[in-house]
Amino acid sequence: MSLAHRIIPCLDTDGERVVKGVQFVNLRDAGDPAALAARYNIEGADELVVLDIAASRDHRPTFLETIRRVAAELAIPLTAGGGIATVDEGRAILRAGADKLTVNTAAIRHPELITALAAEFGSQAVVLAIDAKRVGDHWEAFVRGGSAPTGLNAVAWAQQGVESGAGEILVTSMDRDGMRSGFDCALTAAISSVVNVPVIASGGADTPETFLEVFREGRADAALAASIFHDRIQGLGELKRYLGENSISVRQTG
Amino acid sequence: MKIALVEYGAGNLPSVERALARLGVESHRASTPEALSLCDALILPGVGHFGALMRSLAERSLVKPLRDAVASGVPLLGICLGLQAMFASSDEAIGDAGLALFPQKVSALPPTSRLPHMGWNQLRLVRHSALLEGVPQDTYFYFAHSYAALDAGEAGVALCDHSAPFVAVLEQKNIFATQFHPEKSGPAGAQVLSNFVRRAGSKQ
Repeated sequence: MSLAHRIIPCLDTDGERVVKGVQFVNLRDAGDPAALAARYNIEGADELVVLDIAASRDHRPTFLETIRRVAAELAIPLTAGGGIATVDEGRAILRAGADKLTVNTAAIRHPELITALAAEFGSQAVVLAIDAKRVGDHWEAFVRGGSAPTGLNAVAWAQQGVESGAGEILVTSMDRDGMRSGFDCALTAAISSVVNVPVIASGGADTPETFLEVFREGRADAALAASIFHDRIQGLGELKRYLGENSISVRQTG
Repeated sequence: MKIALVEYGAGNLPSVERALARLGVESHRASTPEALSLCDALILPGVGHFGALMRSLAERSLVKPLRDAVASGVPLLGICLGLQAMFASSDEAIGDAGLALFPQKVSALPPTSRLPHMGWNQLRLVRHSALLEGVPQDTYFYFAHSYAALDAGEAGVALCDHSAPFVAVLEQKNIFATQFHPEKSGPAGAQVLSNFVRRAGSKQ
């Protein structure tokens, strides 16, 4: 008996649609968020993440409506984020039906945002999302959808974020995003070894073997993927059966 | 039968509402002492901070009506922080009194495993459980918490292990509670909610 490793499909949304890119650019349409949510809910996803990649103020009402439509389809937890800069914006997202929030750009500028969100909603509701890129011998955190370097060491930032009150880290390897070349296990393990909160690995998902690697070598508690699920390249049930056969604790469904 | 969700600002109330609606069970929200007193069954949802929950209940003058309803035999289901609120106190908010339906306290889980205890975990049944009827052994439920009741005496009917064994399902007469979120636990969670509703209905 132990905590299951989670498999988390991610919906990147722009306006009313799910989109998917490669290394954060070249976006293409990948479907309707509520329809995809309904499918993943049935197919055995352990959780769902919805990220507003446009994250502009103009799009916020559309994004809240998307969260409401997605939440209505789910009997599993929902994490949502993209551009959250205040406690009130966080509250609006939770009220729309999300269980957890992700913070990224605004938290780097003002780490006290993490503390304020955790005080208001509990650490279990605050996920620190970090977009990390290999620079020389370390990983640097990038913001604004991966377009702006921060000069911050991603591993040190994860540690600081947890000290500020984050209850979970979602680390995306920008080098691997959309590349289907396997997760960045070294990055995930580096963060996993310095924090005592759950770590979700993102970027590079491909074959079931890549998930096995990120759970074993990357010491991830959860793995997130988008296009391989949206495009039906990988089935959730089949993936979980493979992991179970390889002694990774997963919640088998159906 | 009138099922009321105690409305005090809990974030997961709409999810519980939706989960009940999927079962075809009608519920309404009760945010006043009068509304509480008119119900046949109560659900106390909860996420967040023990102290904040107890203060919200106190501000709405709901603490005594809740205790009175339970004392008069109204079935109550506590979810997550709603389970923790049933205890006398919590390490999360030293000095704040809980509903004290149970004399024990809620403790911080030891940091020997990753915290929060976040995700899907299995239960260890230690006594017969009405809430878990029809739920296969080894079924996973969704948890998201850092505090837990480590002891509830005979009322702890199922335990979970994460850095320490803790109470996952609590049952005593008309009092029911789960540390996990049934509203977020897929078909198994729906079964637990359905068991509570059936049980509450049979008490009428």
